[in-house]
Amino acid sequence: MATQLDDARIIEFDVRTDEMLVNMGPQHPSTHGVLRLVLRTDGEIVSEVEPHLGYLHRCAEKIGENLTPRQWIPYTDRMDYLAGTNRNLGWSLCVEKLIEHDLSEKAKHLRVIIAEMGRIASHLVGMGAYGLDLGTFSPFLYAFREREKILDLFEEACGARLTYSYLTPGGATADLPNGWLQKCSAFLDQFEPVIQEYHALLTTNAIFVKRTAAIGVMSGEMAVDYGCTGPVLRGSGVDYDLRRDGEERYTEMYDGYAFEVIVQKEGHYPKDHDYPAIPKEAVLGDCWHRFYVRMLEVVQAVDLVRQAIDRYSTASGDWGVPIKLTHKLPKGEVYLETEAPRGQMGFYLVSDGNAIPWRVRARSSCFCNLSVTSELCRGCLIADVPAIVGSLDVVMGEIDR
Amino acid sequence: MSGQNLVERLSKRFGDKITGSNLEAIDPWIEVSPDGIAEVCEYLRDDAELRLNLLNCITGVDYFMADPKKAAKAGWEPHTEVVYHLSSTLNKHSLVLKVILPRWKDGVEGELPEVLSVSGVYNTANWHEREVYDLSGVRFVGHPNLRRILCPEDWVGYPLRKDYEMPLEYHGIRGR
Repeated sequence: MATQLDDARIIEFDVRTDEMLVNMGPQHPSTHGVLRLVLRTDGEIVSEVEPHLGYLHRCAEKIGENLTPRQWIPYTDRMDYLAGTNRNLGWSLCVEKLIEHDLSEKAKHLRVIIAEMGRIASHLVGMGAYGLDLGTFSPFLYAFREREKILDLFEEACGARLTYSYLTPGGATADLPNGWLQKCSAFLDQFEPVIQEYHALLTTNAIFVKRTAAIGVMSGEMAVDYGCTGPVLRGSGVDYDLRRDGEERYTEMYDGYAFEVIVQKEGHYPKDHDYPAIPKEAVLGDCWHRFYVRMLEVVQAVDLVRQAIDRYSTASGDWGVPIKLTHKLPKGEVYLETEAPRGQMGFYLVSDGNAIPWRVRARSSCFCNLSVTSELCRGCLIADVPAIVGSLDVVMGEIDR
Repeated sequence: MSGQNLVERLSKRFGDKITGSNLEAIDPWIEVSPDGIAEVCEYLRDDAELRLNLLNCITGVDYFMADPKKAAKAGWEPHTEVVYHLSSTLNKHSLVLKVILPRWKDGVEGELPEVLSVSGVYNTANWHEREVYDLSGVRFVGHPNLRRILCPEDWVGYPLRKDYEMPLEYHGIRGR
């Protein structure tokens, strides 16, 4: 028989709470790969989080010192395995910067189509997996239903569904097949109304808002200080997007495209689409805003792909000039960053004049984004840790390289 | 501000802590001495005209050639470089800083070269410096928690050094 207590608080005095070390991961399903977090907790309150990395370290930089740039392309895919195309693009641009190779109009628009489709696919996983983190399964299935169609399109274009190796120094490995653009347009027409379903499932869902609004609030200064980039930075209200502010070699791809950087200005996001309203509980820089920026970027990417398809079909030039494997690189060193779905992803290439680089370095966006967790999780509840880590949308393959 | 102006301004302020520059490179760089990097970074971050508030990346590059014939042709003495890529989210420009270090401190093999940590200026540097320490073997003086980050804590050697040899065995796992 249960004992009746007059005052429910009495039980609190009886329970002795000690500080405890809780191990989250590396196999925890909500840690986006093999990330291990060691939490120091007092009851439900987390006082310290220590991330442990390296479980997926595959020595990509060391391998890069033994391969020609063209041969290293497949390794860039495997770093961020959810946005392989964007990684291919970053490395290709970096190599082209060194050999001073300029692309034709057609190749540029092809790259915009592929990179933005990659962004949609990546953000869909980010959205679905975030739902999983917070304990709802359905958005994941909805997201994968649409992602599957993008993967089908990619498969038709380059033969691979996950590790594409499609964009290479000099352009791409092949032109888009006949009829691909029509299929892509048909997909976009079907996909655009579906985004409203995601908003209904998550963005405006009362439970979702409760779990994410005003949780893990990060100021813009703190985000910049920790080197956070991409949706994490813009979710904190910092107006910085390399597609507009980056190096000329990268921004010229987007020359003449109509797009606005997705960032909150004076309490509003850009108004050119029909977006759900910001809930009143949400604070700029919290998990909800980081998620919302990602969702708006999906809408924007759809728009960008449409524009790119129009330009691509009328553009002149070749889709790519293959650069020989044995092509000797000029002496020098270059660094170039691009705006990948998860943030600014950079490559640094040092060449001593051989076909094989002297040193390659991949700057990972998630590496910096994750480093902020210890600061964000201080003083939160254990249940909020997956909500905060999930909102950073980390991919461990990219962090460990 | 042009590159030449910036170098002159930094040299005037920091004297011989600015040890050189290369303004002809594709990404022009400025060389800073190992004990001056933290104050130079702090100045670059806070200066109203520059405001380089984002540290993109820290890289360790090892220059060493095992083959003496090739080393003679290489055109450089063996050394280690730490490269800092900075940019500004406000003024939308970027800058590269370099610190040139000996491969080993005082030429004693096994003693890691030392450079001042910038983790007090940019929080990004905390993990990046751990990575450079882990893979390239550079000690960052003043770092709050200089441990390996990607390799296991008991790993031996610094994998991105050019004379690194893959271990034959690690806890019963065959290496080669």
